[in-house]
Amino acid sequence: MNGQTLRERPLSVLWLQSGGCGGCTMSLLCAEAPDLMTLFGTAGIHLLWHPSLSEETGAEALDLFERILSGAEPLDVLCVEGSLLRGPNGTGRFHVLAGTGRPTIDWVRDLAAVAGTVLAVGTCAAYGGITAAGENIADACGLQYEGTLRGGALGGEFRARDGLPVVNVAGCPTHPNWVTETLMLLAENALKAEDLDLYQRPRFYADHLVHHGCPRNEYYEYKASAEKPSDLGCLMEHLGCLGTQAHADCNTRLWNGEGSCTRGGSACINCTAPGFEEPGHPFQQTPKFAGIPIGLPTDMPKAWFVALASLAKAATPDRVRRNAAADRIVVPPTVRPTRKG
Amino acid sequence: MSEEPKRRLIVGPFNRVEGDLEVKLEIDGGRVSAAYVNSPLFRGFERILEGRDPMDALVVAPRICGICSVSQSHAAALALAGVMGVEIPRNGMLATNLMMATENAADHLTHFHLFFMPDFARPAYEGRSWFERAEARFKAAQGSAVRGATAARAELFHVLGILGGKWPHTLTLQPGGVTRAADARDRVRLLATVGAFRRFLEDSLFGAPLDRILELAAPEDLERWRLSGPAGDFRLFLEVAEDLRLAHLGRAYGRFLSHGAYPETDGGHLYRRGTFADGRDAAFDADQVTEHHRFSRMAGRERPHPPFAGSTVPDGADEEGYSWCKAPRLAGLPYETGAIARQLVDGHPLIRALVAQDGGSVYSRVVARLLELARTVRAMEGWLRAIEPNGPWCATVEMPDNAQAVGLTEAARGALGHWLRVERGRIAGYQIIAPTTWNFSPRDLDGVPGPLEQALVGAPVQEGERTPLSVQHIVRSFDPCMVCTVH
Repeated sequence: MNGQTLRERPLSVLWLQSGGCGGCTMSLLCAEAPDLMTLFGTAGIHLLWHPSLSEETGAEALDLFERILSGAEPLDVLCVEGSLLRGPNGTGRFHVLAGTGRPTIDWVRDLAAVAGTVLAVGTCAAYGGITAAGENIADACGLQYEGTLRGGALGGEFRARDGLPVVNVAGCPTHPNWVTETLMLLAENALKAEDLDLYQRPRFYADHLVHHGCPRNEYYEYKASAEKPSDLGCLMEHLGCLGTQAHADCNTRLWNGEGSCTRGGSACINCTAPGFEEPGHPFQQTPKFAGIPIGLPTDMPKAWFVALASLAKAATPDRVRRNAAADRIVVPPTVRPTRKG
Repeated sequence: MSEEPKRRLIVGPFNRVEGDLEVKLEIDGGRVSAAYVNSPLFRGFERILEGRDPMDALVVAPRICGICSVSQSHAAALALAGVMGVEIPRNGMLATNLMMATENAADHLTHFHLFFMPDFARPAYEGRSWFERAEARFKAAQGSAVRGATAARAELFHVLGILGGKWPHTLTLQPGGVTRAADARDRVRLLATVGAFRRFLEDSLFGAPLDRILELAAPEDLERWRLSGPAGDFRLFLEVAEDLRLAHLGRAYGRFLSHGAYPETDGGHLYRRGTFADGRDAAFDADQVTEHHRFSRMAGRERPHPPFAGSTVPDGADEEGYSWCKAPRLAGLPYETGAIARQLVDGHPLIRALVAQDGGSVYSRVVARLLELARTVRAMEGWLRAIEPNGPWCATVEMPDNAQAVGLTEAARGALGHWLRVERGRIAGYQIIAPTTWNFSPRDLDGVPGPLEQALVGAPVQEGERTPLSVQHIVRSFDPCMVCTVH
């Protein structure tokens, strides 16, 4: 047994949005088998309030926040979507919680102090994300990180009431199941500190690489590379794909039925990672030194990569080479006659 | 309704909209006498884009908005295509239209079921003849129609799973087409997905084949549907709208614009580009668009800004500025945009007749949205049948060092434009005008209110209401997207 305990009441969840795009909520609504409302109902997850889904508007919602802060309404999980905005000049006034005249970052700090667990939903809330890109005039940061640096809106030392640091369900957007499964684990008291990785992402999805299960793996093996958009070949060598370094299970847990970025023909931009928004080069180009990609697959020494890549290129079958530069399979695998058994 | 003394009301957080919204109301004699619409969030995407490789816009721009990310991608791709001078092959155009249509259809469905209708399941309406049905179907997060629509929406997004890899923030759309070629099998699988969505609309929302919705041409047809049409949520809405007189609520200026939706191979659009104002059609001229900062928290308050020369310099010091939203104007005037504008500009007889009767209203906005939902799903089936898997999907050309272009498309909520300037191979200027920037604009240089600010004037406020229901209906009838508004 993992020591799960059944809760006496449903897991109460408050969801707030700050400097993001709402995309993680929109992605969450894509949950399937079962649909989101059914899942929440059957898993004992109770949304106290959510900006897109709840009835209460304005004064009714503010009354609820006050009840939570006073302790009258217990809060098990505070979900925050979107980065926290500290600007201008540290005032937080780039995002004021509507109807309150008070910066959202201050509301989040107060509510986090009474929450059992704090969940950063998406890379913005986790690390700052796309809102922190460029000169970052909004002074955006994550709840407990600013890029790869601990700190952020709540500070590096923050622990929520039940003992966990901020749980970073990173992704831009998050996969709906990363969120629902994290909430279900919390509802069972089954998510512990050791279940989070270095950047506090749940390991159940972050211990995988996007490369795993990528349908372009054969092209990768032979370094048979796509050279332009819509080619079938591996996207790593020329088109900026970071799937061999990106921590997520996108190609084994598919999106919207049967999708993933690489299945859609686009490079993985490593959107679950802190700092993904500033790769230091154009997103869809692979930076190279002396013809060798600078960002090598995780856990692979450079010398090995160089040796393997040149061997693999020399050994590339004609089928793989030709298909790599086409947008459909132009040479099918050879069908070998089989002996009747 | 009782007479109330003058008072002011700040409404927020305004939920079941996309993003952050606060509305300040001045109330006099039980009615709104003035409204000030505030978007209390600023992120600075236009500045994030400056200085980057132009193609990075395909990664950054969709992240402006998680509810219309494909529309943002499309506007970026069109602006890039403009500066590159690339022509998109037919398959690429069809796939792009399919992805756009999926997002827009899902938006219309989500808006009706999750954002708009739950207001009629509020306790304040207990006792109305339709209340129990509205509550069973549309209680927020619980109603049976809410659950059904959420599931149908998730399945429809398989179109994006197959063609776009994922939604939101697909990276598939390119200036020259799409990165994913659909094969013959994908095509039939997508037909099954769209067919299942059509079945949901027919079984649950309309209670009738889509063809019958497409035949609606006159207000009398709608009247007949309300009195004796097939049972379904559409008829329930018509019943609620009649009882609460939603056709007389939320009228703005009667000026509408559309950038044209779903490009076609002949150069036109499925839904035409143009304007419809004071009962007359006219062409849309992007050069007539300017943005005013007079009451925005933005530097440059003294003059209008053509988007190619626009700037985004936040400045919260001025007490008069009350929103991070700028005020876009066409030839100096505020315009409304959205499904109602698209259908008006396209000349749909039913929507033209409804607007001729009572103007753009809570009622006609929602009818236009549902009608468009039916029309768009029909079009999707046609595009799928037109795909030729063996044809080309994506053209590639070089990026010039210096050029400028505007990408004009339609998000679910209306006209979206990206004005892009490339200098020395980098983004030198990037100005975005989103649908809700038009609709939820603050006052302009002349102090003229934006369309929603105008539409709220006259809204009835019941005694003691802190978050007036009529105001909620009007605001949500626009299906606002505040994160797009302020970018």
